[in-house]
Amino acid sequence: MSETLTNYVYLIAAILFIVGLKGLSHPRTAVRGNLLGSVGMLLAVVVTLLSRQIVSYPVIIIGLLAGSAIGVLLALRIQMTAMPQLVGLFNGFGGAASVLVAGAVLIGVVNLASAGTPPPDLQFTIATAASGLIGAVTFWGSLIAFAKLQGIMTEKPLRYTGEQVVKVIVALAAVGAGIWVIFEPGRTELYWLLVGISSLLGVLLVIAIGGADMPIVIALLNSYSGIAAAATGFVLNNIVLIIAGSLVGASGIILTRIMCKAMNRSLANVLFGGVGAVVEQAEGEEDMYAGKVKSTSPEEVALVLQTARRVVIVPGYGMAVARAQTAVRQLTELLEKNGVEVEFGIHPVAGRMPGHMNVLLAEENIPYDKLKEMDQINPTFPSTDMAIVIGANDVVNPLARKASGTPIAGMPILDVDKAQTVVVIKRSLSPGFAGIPNPLFAADNTLMLFGDGKDAVEKLISAYKE
Amino acid sequence: MSLIGVITIFALAVFVGFEVISKVPPILHTPLMSGSNAISGITLIGALLSAGGERTTLTLILGLIAIICATINVVGGFLVTHRMLDKFRKRGD
Repeated sequence: MSETLTNYVYLIAAILFIVGLKGLSHPRTAVRGNLLGSVGMLLAVVVTLLSRQIVSYPVIIIGLLAGSAIGVLLALRIQMTAMPQLVGLFNGFGGAASVLVAGAVLIGVVNLASAGTPPPDLQFTIATAASGLIGAVTFWGSLIAFAKLQGIMTEKPLRYTGEQVVKVIVALAAVGAGIWVIFEPGRTELYWLLVGISSLLGVLLVIAIGGADMPIVIALLNSYSGIAAAATGFVLNNIVLIIAGSLVGASGIILTRIMCKAMNRSLANVLFGGVGAVVEQAEGEEDMYAGKVKSTSPEEVALVLQTARRVVIVPGYGMAVARAQTAVRQLTELLEKNGVEVEFGIHPVAGRMPGHMNVLLAEENIPYDKLKEMDQINPTFPSTDMAIVIGANDVVNPLARKASGTPIAGMPILDVDKAQTVVVIKRSLSPGFAGIPNPLFAADNTLMLFGDGKDAVEKLISAYKE
Repeated sequence: MSLIGVITIFALAVFVGFEVISKVPPILHTPLMSGSNAISGITLIGALLSAGGERTTLTLILGLIAIICATINVVGGFLVTHRMLDKFRKRGD
């Protein structure tokens, strides 16, 4: 197939990617959008296989079959609760592919150059260095994120003295190695040195980040994987890689910004130290809770629920950990059967990846129009009879409304404390990720239902039935 | 293609990306991430070109691993996104 024709098909693929991403903006069109994206990818792959540049097929076919088998297996066997780590892992594979492709192309070009063709130009060398750097950071960063989310590694941020200095030095070393590659592309070992330093950088950047900041990290790595693909596009002078890569890069950056805003933190603050580092104020915790916390029983909550007309459920990561979503759905159905209006209030950073709670609740067949964003649900709390907080903590902490003094100061929160009654389902009074006490637990209108999330909701269901 | 040509395409694509994505509602953020993630597996095209073209043993091995990684990214990404989006259909849709 001629190169011109190939490029036309690449253009069609790129258009399908854009239309597909646009389709993802509404639940009704999202399935079709995703299918359009995959058709675009299939077109791009087929037309590449037919192009004159491909001279041998066996290895390609082995690779495609092996990759497809692994991909299908992972995608079908994964539990919805494990979605954040899977997305993280897939990100990593994309980054690794960019590193390897740029490396292979560099070696090929250097071999040709020694055979007499002119040496590579600046576009090629800069793009190669960028692919190696960003791709390796993406791969190793994603692996660490995966390990943390999967529980292979502690979710706690790993902090040490001189951390920031170490990170800055390694980052500078990576950039330095990149510049070296640009000016001496003939020495291919320099490329692998760059990849090595960048890998270390990826590990260091993510290892210092704690569980609750994962939504930001996953979104950022998503962006990196796109940028790495675009850089590889510049290496190969291939438009479909550049377009698809930059679309994904832009989308990841937008998500990262949304996540940062939802935490009232800057990206630099997340990456270079921040929450979870030092807990300055342990004082006040005792006073705050002493004699004010009201422990309740499922029966008491069920009694209050009998007179409730509107209930808002606020889920957090704890719901996922306790695997309580099925029980929550059963409770929702039971309440609705008795004429109670039930909605869900979902904080943008609840869970371990953007939109995590929505996926879990959607899997339980809870209609998406009941899943309300923070801005939609907040005005409704004053007219809500009961807010049930399950497994969420920092995102409902009224201390965030104060301008300073805590790591979460200024973070937008769900105003559950404005509901008539607040029931907090939680194992203990232990602080959330931010490491600060939550005055909500001691508020006059708050009842604490201590226990495992799933167990507590199930008991509540049977108490309500009686 | 000339350098200015590819840079123009790059810059415009970034803007298209910003415009298209900023309208995605929070409830779809996870599928958006995994779907766009699958698209970033477009590096597969590069992997195919480097494994299938003129090569040495080393570039062949690098190309093969790259194809496997990118295919996992693409196939797994689109499939898992489809699985998730299926759950977002309204009851009775």
